[in-house]
Amino acid sequence: MAILDARPQRADDGFRWLVIGSAAVVLLLLGLIAIVMTAGAVPVFREMGFTFFVSRRWSVAGDVYGALPFMWGTLYTSVIALAISVPVSLGVALFITQVAPPWLKRPLVYLVDLLAVVPSVVFGLWGILMIAPYLGRSFLTTGLILAMMITPIITSLSREVIETTPASEEEAAYALGATRWEMICGSIWPHSKGGLVGAVMLGLGRAMGETIAAALTIGSAIGQITLDPLKPGNSMPAVIANQWGEAYDLQKSALVALAVVLFAITVLVNLIATAIVQRSMTRTRGQ
Amino acid sequence: MNQPIVSIDPSACGAQNTQPSLVHHVVDAVRVSRSFTTSHQQRYGGWLNASLLFLGALAFVPSCDKKQDISADFSANKAAESTLPTEGKVTLNGSGSSFQTPFQQAAIEAFQKSHPNITLNYAGGGSGRGRQQLADEVVDFAGTDAAYHAEDLGKVKGGTILYFPLLLGPITISYNLAGVLGLRLSPDTIAKIFQREITKWNGPAIVAENPGVKLPATDIVVARRADGSGTTENFTKYLEAAAPGTWKLRTGATVEWPHDTMAGPGNGGVAQIVKSTSGAVGYVDLSDAKAAGLTFAAVKNSTGSYVQPTAESASAAGDGIEVQQNLVFSAINAKGAASYPITYQTWLIVYAKQTNPTKGAALKEYIRYLLTDGQKLLPGLDYAPLPQGLDGKALAQLDEIQK
Repeated sequence: MAILDARPQRADDGFRWLVIGSAAVVLLLLGLIAIVMTAGAVPVFREMGFTFFVSRRWSVAGDVYGALPFMWGTLYTSVIALAISVPVSLGVALFITQVAPPWLKRPLVYLVDLLAVVPSVVFGLWGILMIAPYLGRSFLTTGLILAMMITPIITSLSREVIETTPASEEEAAYALGATRWEMICGSIWPHSKGGLVGAVMLGLGRAMGETIAAALTIGSAIGQITLDPLKPGNSMPAVIANQWGEAYDLQKSALVALAVVLFAITVLVNLIATAIVQRSMTRTRGQ
Repeated sequence: MNQPIVSIDPSACGAQNTQPSLVHHVVDAVRVSRSFTTSHQQRYGGWLNASLLFLGALAFVPSCDKKQDISADFSANKAAESTLPTEGKVTLNGSGSSFQTPFQQAAIEAFQKSHPNITLNYAGGGSGRGRQQLADEVVDFAGTDAAYHAEDLGKVKGGTILYFPLLLGPITISYNLAGVLGLRLSPDTIAKIFQREITKWNGPAIVAENPGVKLPATDIVVARRADGSGTTENFTKYLEAAAPGTWKLRTGATVEWPHDTMAGPGNGGVAQIVKSTSGAVGYVDLSDAKAAGLTFAAVKNSTGSYVQPTAESASAAGDGIEVQQNLVFSAINAKGAASYPITYQTWLIVYAKQTNPTKGAALKEYIRYLLTDGQKLLPGLDYAPLPQGLDGKALAQLDEIQK
């Protein structure tokens, strides 16, 4: 009896430590990434100072590195992606939850999720072969590709958020004679607002970090800041992927510094988004 | 390399160009940890997985090079058991210049037929990566299109580096202009085209150089590399040397190209833009330009004659070079009426002092092959063999490898 008792006890302990260890590894990793990257970025910050964030020039020959055009490219392509993807995603989510007949729901959900598993390099190649011949390698081309890549994540999160709306509230709206549209505005929207914003921000986080698809389609212009969506540009992850292989000294440090900026922004966006989604979900589910 | 898709296939990029080295590293790190895990999994289970994941990430984050240490150690342990290259098994790892990658691949395949006990790997990844990895002693040899920068020599851990020249190759000015063959360009015109100062194919400078050629009023589309590249570095070095005063973008693996230029990944990526865009012009190495079926211009050399890029005209450029004591030279803008001026060169670099005698002997054997029978493979790959005399000097330098 005693022996039989001892064994599960030991296994339990082992399991507990294993799980704690795994969790610690994740934290440690995040910390290490932050520390090591920042250390690698120190030389360029020392050399360029604050101008690293505001300079438009990126000259390897002149050893002058400014992040602004790349930050602009990341921001601009992400905004284009959101502008295209948000209406589509919300439309699909509302269609699946409110309009589609039951037999269509499953296959639709499945199809949308399938979009999410397409590797980004496939999107990138598709962009080069299908979109670039018409729109060039440009902010807009990358924005379109990114829109396709973030639509599944925004759609499936929005769908889950919308489904948390209590049936009683929807029925109450109908009972008062509301049309479907009025019901969506009056019952679903107030309930899901927060969660939908969070879903969009998670999509934004993904769009900003996308590397290969952007590197292939954005055009790799050096130092371009413009509102013209048909002009070639560059984004932070794209320039890192493109220039890392043949980068030396200060250029390497500048690329690492771009990674630090990108890391900080995406972590921030994701943290805020997750917090918003969490809060909205507990609120609508619980009280 | 015939299909355009290949040129932008990222799985091939590590070997063909330098672009997705980050992607490469992640894949490598996972592969190393996976192969290690399978043999030890039963004993250590999840702990090992977790710690390996952690190790892999450590290796990936700081310099992207340490994971090579892990694999190098594994193979070093294996190789240390044997003493003679003709008996036990030896593995030699190299990386670097993507310009010489096709030659390395062909040479390794041929060499291993006669030396089945020597395993050779050449990973490409770019000259800069090759030099760095040799400096860090994570590879046994490296390929590079340029010598170490003076300021980087302090970072070289293993002592004196020997440069073995391997081959020469031309960079073409490829263009897409229906019906126009045999275009002739001078370095000044090329500089102005790539700086977007000449934007029409019937610009006066181009017309003046091409009497009798009917040039359309098509807009010029400049295609250039999206990634940092040795080809860009050599092309811009050429323009700085041959069009001084005109060329203002200076030199480097990446330069500040005008915004209205089109960027493609790798030589193949630029070739693809030129092939698919009417009015496009780009700089592409000869083998990729030929593989894509591109048309290229004859370029005015330093003696004033217009020369087509071929293996022979690149060889001719090699005849006019001045070689330094350590076999470093530049074939760019070389003298000689028959030489193609945008010709560049590539070396295999190793440490003079080899710490592992087995590896040292195998390495010597391989380099000897590259400098002798291996040279016969070059014309078939659209490269030029070493000029007369230089191969002899390189062979003599083999004696400086100490085992």
